[in-house]
Amino acid sequence: MLTRLNTYCSRFFLVMAGCCCFYIVFVETSFGNQLTKEPDKTYGAEQARKVSQPAKRWVTTDHSRHTVLQQEFASPEDVTKACLTCHNEASRQIHKTIHWTWTDPADSEKLMGKNGLTLNNFCISIHSNESRCTSCHAGYGWKDGQFDLSKEEAVDCLVCHDTTGTYEKFPTKAGYPAIKPTKFGKKTFQPPNYTVIAASVGRPTRTNCGVCHFFGGGGDGVKHGDLDSSLFNPSRELDVHMNAEGANFTCQRCHSTDAHFIAGRTYKQPAFTDRRSLIEDDLVKRISCESCHTATPHALGHKANDHTDKVACQTCHIPAFARVKPTKMYWDWSTAGKMKDGKPYKVKGAHGKASYMTKKGRFVWEKDVQPEYFWYNGKMDYLLVTDKIDPNSVVKVNSVEGDRNDPDSRITPFKVHRGKQPYDSMNMTMGIPHLFGKDKAAYWKGFDWNNALEVGMAAAGVPYSGEYGFVETEYHYPITHMVAPKEKTLACDTCHAKDGRLATLAGFYMPGRDRSGLLDFIGWFTVIAALIGVIIHGIMRIISKPKEQ
Amino acid sequence: MSSTKLYLYTRFERFWHWAQAALIIVLLVTGFEVHGSFSLLGFGTAVTVHNFCAWTWLVLYAFIVFWIITTGEWRHYVPTFVKMFEVIQYYMSGIFKGEVHPVPKSERIKHNPLQRITYLGIVSLLVPFQIVTGFLYYVYNDWLAFGWALNLFTIAILHTAGAFAMLAFSVVHIYMTTTGHHPLSHIKAMFTGYEELETKEKM
Repeated sequence: MLTRLNTYCSRFFLVMAGCCCFYIVFVETSFGNQLTKEPDKTYGAEQARKVSQPAKRWVTTDHSRHTVLQQEFASPEDVTKACLTCHNEASRQIHKTIHWTWTDPADSEKLMGKNGLTLNNFCISIHSNESRCTSCHAGYGWKDGQFDLSKEEAVDCLVCHDTTGTYEKFPTKAGYPAIKPTKFGKKTFQPPNYTVIAASVGRPTRTNCGVCHFFGGGGDGVKHGDLDSSLFNPSRELDVHMNAEGANFTCQRCHSTDAHFIAGRTYKQPAFTDRRSLIEDDLVKRISCESCHTATPHALGHKANDHTDKVACQTCHIPAFARVKPTKMYWDWSTAGKMKDGKPYKVKGAHGKASYMTKKGRFVWEKDVQPEYFWYNGKMDYLLVTDKIDPNSVVKVNSVEGDRNDPDSRITPFKVHRGKQPYDSMNMTMGIPHLFGKDKAAYWKGFDWNNALEVGMAAAGVPYSGEYGFVETEYHYPITHMVAPKEKTLACDTCHAKDGRLATLAGFYMPGRDRSGLLDFIGWFTVIAALIGVIIHGIMRIISKPKEQ
Repeated sequence: MSSTKLYLYTRFERFWHWAQAALIIVLLVTGFEVHGSFSLLGFGTAVTVHNFCAWTWLVLYAFIVFWIITTGEWRHYVPTFVKMFEVIQYYMSGIFKGEVHPVPKSERIKHNPLQRITYLGIVSLLVPFQIVTGFLYYVYNDWLAFGWALNLFTIAILHTAGAFAMLAFSVVHIYMTTTGHHPLSHIKAMFTGYEELETKEKM
């Protein structure tokens, strides 16, 4: 009996010793990795490096040797016609994209988009302001509601394919470059040398995309906060993918293109819907971080890998936006129209940017801005100019879709641009002002809201009652560019803290942030009661001791 | 007052006592930091250290349980009510009058009835409770894969409640070490293994 017990005991001990060895291996792989070792090269990073290597392109033509391009071009449309002699599908491809239609291709009713009935809280809407807004359209001559969107030669090939850096559209000419040297503000715009530019066309660079997308809202960094001119040549600190010493990504590295269709989010359509990576499918669009980095991009056993189901990569990897150039955070149209000595004026504010302009009202610019965080499934909902609003609460011109219980939703950083803008106070709809133009009704000429709204809303085909007011609004931009290097990512306790960045996201338990007040009260009460108890007991022992002797 | 020495605590017993003491302290500190009570190491480091100590304790705990069973030490943890009332009375009044402890330590009886029930409760209820709730907390990301419909808030609350219980025990336990023959004699015994016993004769 006793010997059998002995055998069992020694067997048990062997098992325990085995467990011990297993444990040492476990510690070596998990704990060791997290605290001491540099993360090993993971497959995601490996894949990312492969993708970031300069691609060998099979360029099989030298555009300077095409006789059709060796001519004096009378107009930019003639350049397009020349392009189309070879690239005979190109214009029709462009015509299907949002770059051309300015409405969301995913929206069958064509309501979503700048040419639809959506708005923002910057210059609000293009209707009646076309010749100013469409300076960024990839086309020529969209100066009013009559523009023919089916014209093939109106497509602007050069704005995307110029590699000389000399092709520029004039800001107020509905997408046309200058015909003769023309001053705009402090800058003089030169007419482009089409022959030289056409001879050297190539694949779009970051500059081609940037000349429009870095200046959204009509100025550097105005709109997005994560897209501004600092990305033309960013430091590693600012953007780990795009900096020249590193991978020097072009925009298309992630915004993969296919017959002029460029991957990316549109009004109703998420940038991507499947979360496959290049490892699973080598034809996958590279638009998401996961496409290259996989859903478990960190070293094996690293806690951050467990976060990718609920937290977007951007949340930790973009600690702040507008890190180099300031971005507009607040725009109050209701204060516009004040005159100094009967003339419009400007006030310079922080960051060398205007804090007040008679034309536009009061602004707040900010730099190095901490994002706001929302559950986001990749879709946004947009208010239409025909939708009823409640002027007593902040109107969400667009809103973030997503919910913590939705498996497609991740906690994602956003820039929220706040403002005050006109609305129709009888119809309870948002207003579209006619801002730009030489006519008296244009707000920037006549400074009369009533006239401006009447003309603007008529141009959009929506009713205006003749009564207006101003309402507080919010506009949301997902923050997804300006990815910081890994050593600049957010630390755990930026969010896992009582007043951390995620303090406003309710409805779920987050360690470090949430606790039960009742349990803490009972717990600390018990501990303190025990402490007081033993202190009293100890004091009584000390006092009673001399009595004993 | 004269005293005699008694070898009560073997080398492994002393080792596991102090190893557990250290682990409990580190686990409490890092655990309450993860809980958000204060900021010391930083949340990320606190989590890593807490997890490391938890795994360490789990292995140590297995060894301790094995040792207690195989050496027959479990006999010292069998609860008894014999003289329990006297022990309670001793700590409530007798200790102030200089009375002698009603259950003197001996090789046969290392723990008085109060110690027995407390230590048994901790080793068989509180520690396993913390292991189970802590493990559930640790594998939070795999709940879906395991098909568990748990709530992180509930698990966190239970684990924190266990931590408070452990902290309250520690306070009383540390104080009780000063009630020996000399304020430090119990602590000394846990290092040397020799417990100094008060003898009946008085000066």
